[in-house]
Amino acid sequence: MATTTSTAPPVPAARTAPGRRRRRSGWWLPYALLVPAVLLEVVIHLVPMLTGIWISFTQLTRFFIRDWTSAPFVGLRNYQVALDFDGAVGRALLSSFAITCAYTVLVVGTAWVLGMAAAVALQRPFRGRSLFRTLFLVPYALPVYAGIVTWNFMLQRDTGVINQLLVEDLGVLDERPFWLIGGHAFASIVIVATWRLWPFAFLMLTAGLQSVPDDLYEAAAMDGAHAFRSWWSITLPMLRPVNLVLVLVMFLWVFNDFNTPYVLFGTSQPPAGDLISFHIYNASFLTWNFGAGAAMSVLLLLFLLLVTGIYLIALNRRSRRA
Amino acid sequence: MKLRHLAAASVPVLLLAACSGGGGDDSASGDGDVTLTYWASNQGTSLDNDKEVLTPVLEQFTEDTGIGVDLEVIGWSDLQTRIQTAVTSGQAPDVVNIGNTWAVSLQATGAFLPLDDAAMDAIGGSDKFVETALETGGAPDTDPTSVPLYGLAYGLYYNKAMFEEAGLQPPTTWEEMVSAAQSLTDPATGVYGMALAAGSYTENNHFAFINATQNGAELFDADGNPTFTEDGVVDGIVRYLDLMQADDVVNPANAQYDNASLAVADFATGKAAMILNQNNANATIEANGMASDAYGVVPFPAPADAESDVASHVAGINISVFGNTEHPDEALQLVEYMTSEDVQTTLGKPFSSLPVLKDAKAAFTDDPELAETFTQIYNERSAPLPLVPAEDQFETTVGQAMNRMFATIATGGTVTEDDVREAMQTAQDQVQASVG
Repeated sequence: MATTTSTAPPVPAARTAPGRRRRRSGWWLPYALLVPAVLLEVVIHLVPMLTGIWISFTQLTRFFIRDWTSAPFVGLRNYQVALDFDGAVGRALLSSFAITCAYTVLVVGTAWVLGMAAAVALQRPFRGRSLFRTLFLVPYALPVYAGIVTWNFMLQRDTGVINQLLVEDLGVLDERPFWLIGGHAFASIVIVATWRLWPFAFLMLTAGLQSVPDDLYEAAAMDGAHAFRSWWSITLPMLRPVNLVLVLVMFLWVFNDFNTPYVLFGTSQPPAGDLISFHIYNASFLTWNFGAGAAMSVLLLLFLLLVTGIYLIALNRRSRRA
Repeated sequence: MKLRHLAAASVPVLLLAACSGGGGDDSASGDGDVTLTYWASNQGTSLDNDKEVLTPVLEQFTEDTGIGVDLEVIGWSDLQTRIQTAVTSGQAPDVVNIGNTWAVSLQATGAFLPLDDAAMDAIGGSDKFVETALETGGAPDTDPTSVPLYGLAYGLYYNKAMFEEAGLQPPTTWEEMVSAAQSLTDPATGVYGMALAAGSYTENNHFAFINATQNGAELFDADGNPTFTEDGVVDGIVRYLDLMQADDVVNPANAQYDNASLAVADFATGKAAMILNQNNANATIEANGMASDAYGVVPFPAPADAESDVASHVAGINISVFGNTEHPDEALQLVEYMTSEDVQTTLGKPFSSLPVLKDAKAAFTDDPELAETFTQIYNERSAPLPLVPAEDQFETTVGQAMNRMFATIATGGTVTEDDVREAMQTAQDQVQASVG
């Protein structure tokens, strides 16, 4: 009993102590654990981005690259050049932007349709389902470079299997067309990029479909709904959250795609395959004009932010109304 | 307190992580010995082959001087980016090989050691080099920041048997070349008079320069501003494009040849009677099964009424010392050694290079006639590409424009003189935009 009376007084004392001492011991641990992540985020993400924005206001060319803090400040001139659509640089950027928009819409759209079709086809268990699932994921699992270089070989005019198939074997075409130069280059790059991307859509949608309860389909079937009707009225609405993220992520990836044109076309990118990331790389790295390249990158960033913002706001509004 | 400690502890870790990406030039090794870092370009058949060739040569240098050399061979597709990164970060090697056409562009960065008279004396004097080759080392009237290391020159390779069969002589003018090519072209059998690396912007810009120079035209004015739309330049490019478009002596499939070795392979396998290539083609030709006595080489011919008979640009590799090296004297010793007569002779054969020294004998071939022809082209009929900082932008903009024009021709379109002029105007505007 003596012990209880002696330990009792400290308890109310602690309660009445000033706020600082009221915190539980170890309160700082979550913050401490966050520190490395925050620091890394700042060092790896934020600092380069801010540096890039700053560079876009300077005339950072070969003359200043050794000490790039000494590059003269030129204000908005790099932006003026990039956005002057009467000038050579702006015109080229605009055409590259238009090509990239068309490329993105086609690739994301086709990849989504293919991914959705495959995911729905493999929704119900059947013998060999896992074989198909594995097979479908191969393009995504292959190293980017290996996959695209293989396409480069296949699309060669004289030695590629595509022309062998179309011209020699099937006789669909009389002449061997070029696939990697001239106007066909656009079709080629859309096909190759779709081939790489659709397994990702398939993977995400397959995962999403796992959470759609079977009873919904059963109930729909009892009500006499056909396959398309249950897809339209059950699958699609249930996959909405997945689709929302999936389409956004694919859009950002495809719009920024650098690897596909770089590996497929090498140094001689045809005008029809002049995607914007590669265009900016050419405009800054090959010409040592990093200020102009940075300005174009910032413009690209602003555009992507704008599209993403509009997309999210529009969809959030719709889901709130729904 | 603990929080602050943790933060303080993580900063060095982060910095380490950030720094480990760039290569260092930890040149000092124990005992006060000096070790230089040397970036060599890919000259032989592979990066490993280069290493095998250079290692004994550099070991000899270490034995003679006590200076160690840390060698790294870098492929062509990476070399320019690696140099760019080295210039930007200051994390540079001591000595580096550069494509000689980049010399003035790189000089403009200020990152390289200017070779003044004292430095030139240290590497054996500027007199020892072939004059036109040394001109590529930097802008005119400045201390160069590089000196020639391996020389290369273009030649017109022709298939002796095919010429003999058709009763043709090796051409001495552009017109003779085209008419020979026409009589040797037979699309039905897949044989063409010429093969070009028409999808390679590096090859294309070289011939824009050579043809323009033959016309007496300049690509840049005295102030370093581009003059790509000049008549002589446009006419020279049209002439070159017409080999595929009007003369029909080039297989349209060549528009996809993004590498000179593809044209060389066509030549070696009898699908093309002539190619334009630098003198390092020999190894590839023979590797493709063509005997060394089955082909001959003449200078790339100019039109009969040309203003100049320039047959090549001064091609090749230069060697530079980074300005921030801690061991400039030792670095110059290495440059002196690499440009010495012995080393030039040793490396001439494996790297198929011409000696950059005035009176040295070409060692890249056993055929004295071939050696004589190329030495003469290199020493007397080659001109350096424009010695202005924006030269590398000429290479990319004009070269890529020509890629696109060849692609248009190959896919059934036509490229008129006006189209060429318009493309050159665009290229010129692009270069002008960065010249400022």
